[in-house]
This record gives sequence, structure tokens and C-alpha cells, in this order.
Amino acid sequence: MVAQKMTLIPRRQAMRLLSGVAASSLFPLRSFATPDKVASRISEITNGRKVSDIDIYLDMPEIAENGNQVKIVFEIDSPMNEDEYVKTVFVFADGNPEPDVAKFNFTPAMGACGATTRMRLSKTQNVIVLAEMNNGLFAKADTKVKVTIGGCGG
Amino acid sequence: MAKVKARVKVQKKASVGEVIEIKTLISHPMHSGRAVDADGKAIPRNIIKSFTAKFNGNPVFNVDLKPSVASNPFIVFPFKVTEAGRFDFIWVEDGGKEYTASKNMKIA
Repeated sequence: MVAQKMTLIPRRQAMRLLSGVAASSLFPLRSFATPDKVASRISEITNGRKVSDIDIYLDMPEIAENGNQVKIVFEIDSPMNEDEYVKTVFVFADGNPEPDVAKFNFTPAMGACGATTRMRLSKTQNVIVLAEMNNGLFAKADTKVKVTIGGCGG
Repeated sequence: MAKVKARVKVQKKASVGEVIEIKTLISHPMHSGRAVDADGKAIPRNIIKSFTAKFNGNPVFNVDLKPSVASNPFIVFPFKVTEAGRFDFIWVEDGGKEYTASKNMKIA
């Protein structure tokens, strides 16, 4: 009897150990972007230049019922001529598997700066829009979106 | 894979100086590489990675897409009318496959 008990306990411990190993090896696959990662991406792009207070109109739902299709609308007031135009707009999400969502490259030929698309949100998180002007200035806007059913296949 | 179909909406006539809105949609699953199929196998990543709009051959607008863009990428953008011409739209999939659409516009 004593011998049997002694074999049982190590096996349970072994199982617990194994499941722990399995769980920890799965975590790297499920790593998500964090506000820090988004902040480091933004500092990478801005390269130390300051973010000015140019207004960005950013429209997203406050609560997204389905994170698979979330509409995002942004507009930036800019004359969009050769001397002054918005060059690039980056969209980041700080709770998705990767922080980058999309990068929009504008040209003066468009006459206005703005775009609409649909994105995935895996959970409730902040969406950040960073705009780069042709003169090197940056502008930023962010909004929090509550997600009830996440996207990103998980 | 289901057939990829690109759809674009551009008004047929516009006046010079007017800023028009162009709506584009391409039916594409945008597999992020994270989802699994019914057998638990990972579906390999396959997304539309870039979209470009050209007017009379000159690129006017370009978007780099990441897996966080929803399936069936829908993109709306403005364009200032200066002359009549032809729009070409190009979507590039992972692996380099291209899908295209084009529209003509007249001056009203």
C-alpha cells in the first residue's frame, strides 16, 4: 500500500509539471501588442521629433459588438497642396497580436486627407492614429473601443 | 479559396475642382495566420498586403495593410478632380498575386 501511494504522488506532480510546460510554451504564440509596443513603434517613426497638436477627426464606435469588422474613419484638415500636405497616416491597435494595422500614403492629388476602412479588434483596446506631414510634423489621436466579441481568430 | 472579386464605385461624371469619394471593396478572407480550421490546423497567413490607386498612370493613393485589417478590405478615400481620365486600382496579395479594377471618369 505504502509503495502504491508513493508512486501516485509523483505521477500527479509529473502531470502538473507537464501541463505547466505545455501552457508556458503556448504563451509565446499568443503574445499581444501592448501600449508599450505601440509607444515604441511611434517613437521609432517620429524619431524624437515632437507630436504637434494638429487636430485629427477620428470616428470609431464606442462599443463594437463584433471585433471582426470595426469601422474606422479619420479626417485631417489640410490644404493638400504641394507645399503642405499629409504624407502618411499610421493606424495602431494596442491590444491586437501586432500593433500595426495599416499605413496610408497620401498625395496632394487627393485634394483632401481622410479615409475609411474596417479593422479587426481582438479585445477592448485603444486605437491610435498617427499622421506625418510633409514638413516633418506629426499629429496623434486615439480612442478607446470596447469589444464584446473579439476578432483575429481567437 | 473563394473567388476574389474587386468592386469599385466612382461617379461617372464630375466637375473640375470637386473632391469626390472613391469606394473600394475586395472580397478576400484576409487570413491572419492565427485562426484554425475545423480540424484544429492553423490556416496559413494570406492577406491583401497593399492597395494602390492610380489616375492616368500616376499613383495617387497607397495603403499598406496588416493582418489587423478586417476581411473583405473596404477602403474609402477622397480624390480631387482636375481632368477626365482613368482610374486603376491594384491590390497585391501575399505571394505577389495582383488583382485589378479600373474605372473611367468624364468631366460634367
